[in-house]
Amino acid sequence: MDPIIPILVVALSALAGAGLLALIFRQSARTMTVAALTGAMAGAAGGLLFMLPLNFCTFEAERSSLDFSFGIVLIVLGVLIAVLLVRWLLSALFSGRQLFSSEHTPGAFKHGWLAYFFLAPTIVILLLFLYYPAIDTFGLSTQLVKLGIPRTAFVCVSNFTSLVGDPKYLQAVGVTILMSVAIVVFSLGIALTIAMVAYLPVKGARIYRTFLIWPYAISPVVAGIIFLLIFNPLAGIFNHFYQAVFGVAIPWLNNPAYAPWAVIIASVWKSLGFNILFYIAGLQNVPGDLVEAAAIDGANAWKRFWSVVFPMLSPITFFLIITNTTYAVFETFGTIDTLTSGGPLGSTTTLMYRIYDVGFTNRDLGKAAAQSIVLFILVIGFTLLQFRTTAKRVTYGA
Amino acid sequence: MTTIESATAITADLPREKTRIIPKRWWAHLFLLAACFIIGLPLFYAMLVATQTNSQVFNYQFTPGDSLAYNWNIVMNQNKLGNYMVNSVFVAVMVTIGKTVLSLLAGLAFIYFRFPGKWILFFFVLLTLMMPTEILVIALFRFVNALGMGNTYQALIIPFIASATGAFLFRQHFANIPAEFSEAAQLDGATPLQFLYKVLVPMSWNTIGALAVIQFVYVWNMYLWPVLIMQGPEKQVVQVGLRTLIGGDIAVSYGPMMLGAVIATIPPLIVFIALQKQFMSGFALTRDK
Repeated sequence: MDPIIPILVVALSALAGAGLLALIFRQSARTMTVAALTGAMAGAAGGLLFMLPLNFCTFEAERSSLDFSFGIVLIVLGVLIAVLLVRWLLSALFSGRQLFSSEHTPGAFKHGWLAYFFLAPTIVILLLFLYYPAIDTFGLSTQLVKLGIPRTAFVCVSNFTSLVGDPKYLQAVGVTILMSVAIVVFSLGIALTIAMVAYLPVKGARIYRTFLIWPYAISPVVAGIIFLLIFNPLAGIFNHFYQAVFGVAIPWLNNPAYAPWAVIIASVWKSLGFNILFYIAGLQNVPGDLVEAAAIDGANAWKRFWSVVFPMLSPITFFLIITNTTYAVFETFGTIDTLTSGGPLGSTTTLMYRIYDVGFTNRDLGKAAAQSIVLFILVIGFTLLQFRTTAKRVTYGA
Repeated sequence: MTTIESATAITADLPREKTRIIPKRWWAHLFLLAACFIIGLPLFYAMLVATQTNSQVFNYQFTPGDSLAYNWNIVMNQNKLGNYMVNSVFVAVMVTIGKTVLSLLAGLAFIYFRFPGKWILFFFVLLTLMMPTEILVIALFRFVNALGMGNTYQALIIPFIASATGAFLFRQHFANIPAEFSEAAQLDGATPLQFLYKVLVPMSWNTIGALAVIQFVYVWNMYLWPVLIMQGPEKQVVQVGLRTLIGGDIAVSYGPMMLGAVIATIPPLIVFIALQKQFMSGFALTRDK
């Protein structure tokens, strides 16, 4: 590797950071100078964020051009992270807001240091079992690590770049998107329909509610086992009736076109209770006088729902979309493992199932760690996208 | 109002109430009954099959079979599901208690103390909400094994007893309790822990119950982590233990499989139904916020 490269990376990212921040805070000469100076430092740090741990390996001659481009992407990403962080800090500073305002604490006990004792167990466990593994995942993702073999080798970013154009990985991306969208749409749609009736003050409403929301306690594994019986090709109760009516059987578990839907149906059944519960609660918080006012204004039931009730439910819908997506991405693992084991032909192998396959069936922990990071970025990206697209339309409070 | 008028008002109301055979909003009752029935169907069917032999399952018999005792024997004595159940109860109870205690302490620290670094620590705790264990499973697996905790109960308990959700919930809850309570407690010379135990906890049963339901169900349903970290069957949890009942393609017998699934569902169901009220109100799912 050319020794000039680290200097070049630092110089260019500092320049980019300075330029970007100067552009953001161009309203006055003073803020612009401060922003450009801090931006230069932040940009340099951002450029090194990934390159220093990687030791600039993507620039080595023997790496592929894909590795090289990936390295450039990492530098840009690092600079952007640093710039956004500094932008947040500076805009708080310039507007005179206190960053970590020590809020007035009424009724506080004496000896503030006692708080550290109360927080210590939580902090220690989070550090050891969440933060450390999170950082270690990044380290592992650059290594060739095989399960059970202590020796490791540095492989730069090839665990990531080998995913590009990997048909099995792309299939897993598709399966994950299909399942997430289908589970969210069907589970929320059905739950809202049921909740619209279940929240009415009918006799025995409490008993109905209990019998509607209990599947919350069902585990993904048990949902998989029960639907293994229902969709069984030999003894399945579903096809027994379906065949009697339509004359054909649906090959739920043997056909790649249907197998994902078997998982989706089992997961929707399992997640329905949770969603009904939250929608009933949301509907109870819709002020009745608002609906009455709309009724007096001559809005019919359908219009009242879409223009009054549904917007009031948007915070709950937003919350449920996030939790159900998380469920579809991570928790369906148990259902898939019992119902289809990822098959047939990989048609139910989600990204999470693939991580398990790669890491523990193929014993390639490095690749699995890299895929974990990609999945994490996808989930966070989706959550942020949700925030940006729905936050404007979400109505909070009554 | 004269007595006659009120008397007629009463008598006018009474017969109408009595003769109403079709209840008000009959369509809602019909719809809800149908919804409850469809949602319950998979579990009812599993319970039915749990009593049957394979040939009764294959003949689609819709009455209880005569094989419950036999299936029970396979599940409990051959596959030792009871042992898995005990392990799961132990792990779930320990995590639930641990999480509740640690979250209460964290909530206490964040609301009733002034100390440097409070916001950074709160952010540090809150950030873990974005780190699902599933993502970290590879590194966690290596780390826990390196600590020598592989195949122990500690591996199933300790990594899970700190909770950002819990700390956050209790912080929110305590923030809504008027400061007069802690001022009065301090005047009486109570220590922070006495205040927590004698004042805050009795005021927090709804939040504690809600958190307990979530944590218990979460730990009980945990699957990927115990599959990875536990090797032998002695300390394994029931969700993984159920795998022994699925078996190969030919040797499947559905009765024991469904009986196992039903048995494994009972404890979280009991916890959920018992604490349902707390669950609803603890999450501010009622009007008062």
